Amino acid sequence: MSAKTHLTAAVLAGSLATALVMIGSPAMAQDASKEKCYGVSMAGKNDCAAGPGTTCAGTSKVDYQGNAWKLVPKGTCVTMKTPKGMGSLEPIKG
Amino acid sequence: MNAMLPHASLPPRAGTAFKPLHFAALQSGDVAPGFLEVHAENYMGDGGLPHAQLGKLRTDHALSLHGVGLSIGGAAALDRDHLQRLRRLCDRYQPHSFSEHLAWSSHDGAFLNDLLPLPYTEDTLRRVITHVEQTQTALGRRILLENPATYLQFAASTIPETEFLAEIAARTGCSLLLDVTNVLVACRNRGEDPHAYLARFPLQQVGEIHLAGHHTTEDRHGAALLIDDHGNRIAAETWQLYESLLARTGPLPTLVEWDNDVPDWNVLLTEAQAAQQLLDRAARNMKAA
Amino acid sequence: MQAEFATALLDAERQPPAGLLAADTTERFAVYRNNVVSGLIRALASGFPATEAIVGADFFAAMAAIYVRVSPPASPVLLDYGATLPEFLAGFEPVSELPYLADVARLELGYTRAFHAADAAPLPPGRLNDLTTHRIGALRVALHPSAQILRSAYPVAEIWAMNTGRAPLREIEDWAAQDILLLRPQHEVAAILLAPGEAEFLRHLQAGAALEQAATAALTEAGDFDLGAALAAMFTRGTVIAVTD
Repeated sequence: MSAKTHLTAAVLAGSLATALVMIGSPAMAQDASKEKCYGVSMAGKNDCAAGPGTTCAGTSKVDYQGNAWKLVPKGTCVTMKTPKGMGSLEPIKG
Repeated sequence: MNAMLPHASLPPRAGTAFKPLHFAALQSGDVAPGFLEVHAENYMGDGGLPHAQLGKLRTDHALSLHGVGLSIGGAAALDRDHLQRLRRLCDRYQPHSFSEHLAWSSHDGAFLNDLLPLPYTEDTLRRVITHVEQTQTALGRRILLENPATYLQFAASTIPETEFLAEIAARTGCSLLLDVTNVLVACRNRGEDPHAYLARFPLQQVGEIHLAGHHTTEDRHGAALLIDDHGNRIAAETWQLYESLLARTGPLPTLVEWDNDVPDWNVLLTEAQAAQQLLDRAARNMKAA
Repeated sequence: MQAEFATALLDAERQPPAGLLAADTTERFAVYRNNVVSGLIRALASGFPATEAIVGADFFAAMAAIYVRVSPPASPVLLDYGATLPEFLAGFEPVSELPYLADVARLELGYTRAFHAADAAPLPPGRLNDLTTHRIGALRVALHPSAQILRSAYPVAEIWAMNTGRAPLREIEDWAAQDILLLRPQHEVAAILLAPGEAEFLRHLQAGAALEQAATAALTEAGDFDLGAALAAMFTRGTVIAVTD
């Protein structure tokens, strides 16, 4: 164990003291709310499901029978800028 | 058959499927549906918002749990883990009714997520009866078994569906869930008269009715192909079948289902109110007669 | 009968089983095939909305149609369906240009698990005060059942937020690795970006390590790990449900 990672009881107690000061300060409550955090309630996007990953019984008239897929990518990957440039999805072929 | 098992006890009113996007409207609305129905499998997580919502709704509404994954018609033994999950759910929410389908949906460890058709033979009958009895024992209550929407038949079938269901009910003491839309869909798809089907149906055993929208298309031979998509308003023909049915049975608990392209709460409530009017009329007619 | 029926449902090349009655058995059987596959595609789309937005709905459906045929669900409870989708995406040639996609799917899987995780009341931050009387290094904490730690070589939380309407679509300024904590102290799932060393700290605590061991592991990984800040953040976020000696 390197000296840098050696934790003495004093260091640990000191950290706890720091933490106590932090949670006790009005600034902390503000910081917590400004923390980089993507919190959200469930968007009511899915029609039938009771939250993500749930099912809808009732059958579908949407047809996924075709097996010769020639798809042009249309998602945000073609507009999102990444270091590699735009994503360019290959068509899926059946 | 265990004669001690309690029967389902839904009120003979018009209820609706519950969808989470309607939670706020249901909580604040002044018109409440007669009962709510949810798919049991959607409430098998450990906690979180789904249970919080259902728990709140349960305090104000009668509840029907509708299973879509037990595979009662499956060739293999029932999934014991799934039976236990259903039991826990029933213990937690004390629903007024638990229902499942005359269908299979699992095979060889794979869940196929659809209600698949069965050949109506003596073999199938024995198997379904055993599975219904096991389910009723595991849940400590009588269940309701629903007639399926089907798109084809089996050459091996020897028993008409109505007789098949009547026999299951007689031998297990279960009740039947009569899905009027399924009657219309299945009968049209096999070129049978839905009124004739209903005339043969063992109506004394019916504990709940389902109504839903369907989709009509044509197959490549120009014949009508009806798809049970639960994705729009209830069709006029379904309403007619329902009304003629109520004239014979009197009011029965009736659920309006809507699973795809779910509309605003008001649209669903309007459908339920239309069903309620027919239920009220049936009650008056019964009294007059 | 059911074996043949099931096999043919998932394999569009196969003939429907013998013994079916309909004017056109292939066409009628196709209704069931379609229900099975499209129903499972929709179940996946409901659990992986950002993944779907990134590749587009049509591409997602075609990709999912392949996935559901090789990995149909093993349980009628679909809450965990798609657990192997990230690995599938990592090896799926048509998305090889999107190396971050598998991690987006991992985040979404974690989100769904957090959403349905057991309920538990987090300890209030004030409970930190009680710990001053303990030998702090020997303490162990129980994290909230929803807590999940995700480490990605990509800014995956930002990509996810941008593709679920939680943040506007824009250029990502800092294309860097991210450690993320998924947490649902009440009913809302939050994706929280973690400071250096925090992921290692929380992972050790979650695995049952004592505070001293967890802090040592964090410091070993990140020399600038701030234990005081990590403790404060852990309690303020509602990550801890119990503390034991």
